[in-house]
Amino acid sequence: MNLRPDPTFHASPKLAMEAPIENYAFTVMLSPDGSQSDGIAVIDLKPGSDTYGQIVHQVIVPNKGDEFHHFGWNACSSSLSPMSGHAFLERRYLIVPGIRSSRIYVIDVKDPLKAHIHKTIEPEELFKKTGYSRPHTIHCGPEGIYVSCLGGGGADGTDGPPGIFIMDCETFEIIGQYEMDRGKQDKHYDFWWNLPQDYMVSSEWGLPPQFENGIVPEDLLSNKYGHSIHFWDLRARKNIQTMDFGENYQMALEIRPAHDPTKSYGFCGVVVDTTNLQGAIFTWWRGDDGVWQSKKTITIDPRPEDPANLPPLLQGFGAVPPLVTDIDLSLDDKYLYVACWGLGEMHQYDVSDPMNPVLAGKVELGGIAKGENHPNGKPFAYGPQMVEISRDGKRVYWTNSLYSTWDDQFYPDDEGGQMVMADVGENGGLTLNKDFYIDFPAGLRSHQIRLEGGDCSTDSFCYPSV
Amino acid sequence: MIDDITSVTALWGAVIFSGLYHGINPGMGWPLAVSAALMERNHKAMPKALGMLALGHFLAMIGILLPFSMMVMLVDLEKEIRIGAGILVIAMGVYLLINRRHPKFLARVHPARLALWSFLAAMAHGAGLMLVPIYLGICAIAADDTGHLAAQSLMTDNITTAFVVAAVHTMSMTLAGGLIAVVIYFWLGLKFLSRTWFNLDVVWALSLVLVGGFGMFSAFTGH
Repeated sequence: MNLRPDPTFHASPKLAMEAPIENYAFTVMLSPDGSQSDGIAVIDLKPGSDTYGQIVHQVIVPNKGDEFHHFGWNACSSSLSPMSGHAFLERRYLIVPGIRSSRIYVIDVKDPLKAHIHKTIEPEELFKKTGYSRPHTIHCGPEGIYVSCLGGGGADGTDGPPGIFIMDCETFEIIGQYEMDRGKQDKHYDFWWNLPQDYMVSSEWGLPPQFENGIVPEDLLSNKYGHSIHFWDLRARKNIQTMDFGENYQMALEIRPAHDPTKSYGFCGVVVDTTNLQGAIFTWWRGDDGVWQSKKTITIDPRPEDPANLPPLLQGFGAVPPLVTDIDLSLDDKYLYVACWGLGEMHQYDVSDPMNPVLAGKVELGGIAKGENHPNGKPFAYGPQMVEISRDGKRVYWTNSLYSTWDDQFYPDDEGGQMVMADVGENGGLTLNKDFYIDFPAGLRSHQIRLEGGDCSTDSFCYPSV
Repeated sequence: MIDDITSVTALWGAVIFSGLYHGINPGMGWPLAVSAALMERNHKAMPKALGMLALGHFLAMIGILLPFSMMVMLVDLEKEIRIGAGILVIAMGVYLLINRRHPKFLARVHPARLALWSFLAAMAHGAGLMLVPIYLGICAIAADDTGHLAAQSLMTDNITTAFVVAAVHTMSMTLAGGLIAVVIYFWLGLKFLSRTWFNLDVVWALSLVLVGGFGMFSAFTGH
């Protein structure tokens, strides 16, 4: 407990952008077949450092088969609202769930070079206290730490609906289920919110049997993955509106609300439109009548390709789908980054007008039947995937693995984990940085990135940028 | 008599001081007034928010003081009541020292319901209790001065005093918090919001112990 608020807590997104830049990144390392232990790589980002852009420390966990995926902080800028009552928490712990094992590690990164496991929550405890499994997205909010889970109870996670549970932000004890009225919500993936406006939005991937052993083509073609997002009264813990994008919009994943709490809109990325293989971004917003609305504001076309060059899964289509698997919004709500994991492209859209996004920059790297090399001449396995933006919006980092079993289906010949960085131009535009290229230790792949002091997909702000 | 006047002045000073002390503490809500004005892009939202916070705080104060004003009717037990109140306030302080956790239910209040939040926050932190020994001190001196009036009239006096104490305290709280909110909103900017925040949890709990101790001491010594 501090005597002053943590210096990495910022009242508004604007103040966070003006704060000192990141010194370290924390990136997930996962063993796709469970033959090694997973871990967190600590990467030096201090400008001018001799070890800049290198892994300077690793926290390797004692178990195998956890499959690390997403993770997050124990505390963020949301602590600066008197209503949270937690102004003196430290941003010190990373909550790292194993999406396959349902085990949760709390890692102390106060000294990044000596980061270590602080606490481990065994899967049985999670099952017993919440009825959920396969923990995923982490956000720190009013009642503590919120964690979305992709599975319900039972061995295959289909016994009961998945949902969010709350964890104490000081003791890391699991408190219990969040939902009081989940309405139509029966699948889960991501969630985020606007704290002063008291709403939350959650999304849907699919149930564990639909992803754990790989994508199920029959389920995809019969539109059985998630295609709705849910709007919640955050503090009443009640689903107030379920919005169905249409059943062809398969896998509504990342939810990115505008960071400025005065705004009542945000974005959601859809992996694939099964009618035409397009990737899509929907803008959602609250109408004057209080009813939530949405509109498809970005579409990305598939690329025709000789079936001989395609993995078996895609040969019947004769095309490479973009596969929009991650999106991220800069803190000034200006640029939306869209990872097209199938095409091998990272797009940058100017979303100053959220209803009319304009493509402002693009980088090609990796990709199905393309395998574009990095400008330094080295290979980039798979395609651009988990993306994280520096607080000041000038650097964009990303890694390459989507999910172990899915990597193997879409890129059967690829292997490896890489993290790269692109510089953002003064007036938009995106250029890969030739000197930033991290090759992860053999046998390990990489997924989500967190930046020391917060980044563009962690902090929730309670005061507007003025 | 002169002693009494000095004591009464000191006690009213304590009512005002405790108000200022509650007011400058961001945890009691002034940042919410800044936030309200910024969210609505209208500085007029600030007095409204401060008003709601003040209303909640006032209700929490009066909610604690009124039961004591009824008890003071039992003139013969005055000393015992004051000692009991002192013990209660000390106990709250000790409890807050031992249990440093923030009550979770506060996080479930809708962010627009500032009066409710302010009421609950004041209750949960024993803000009203901090006033009790001071209030009982004022009542005791008043009773001494007026002699043993009819119980009915004494009670009316005490109830009036409870309202005045709660009002004066809330007013000084609102002035202190409002002043900081205005300065941050119009001049200093949000950057100073986190700089004004000090962890007063321990100081707060110790203040309760101190005020409770003072209440017991003055009960024993007569004032």
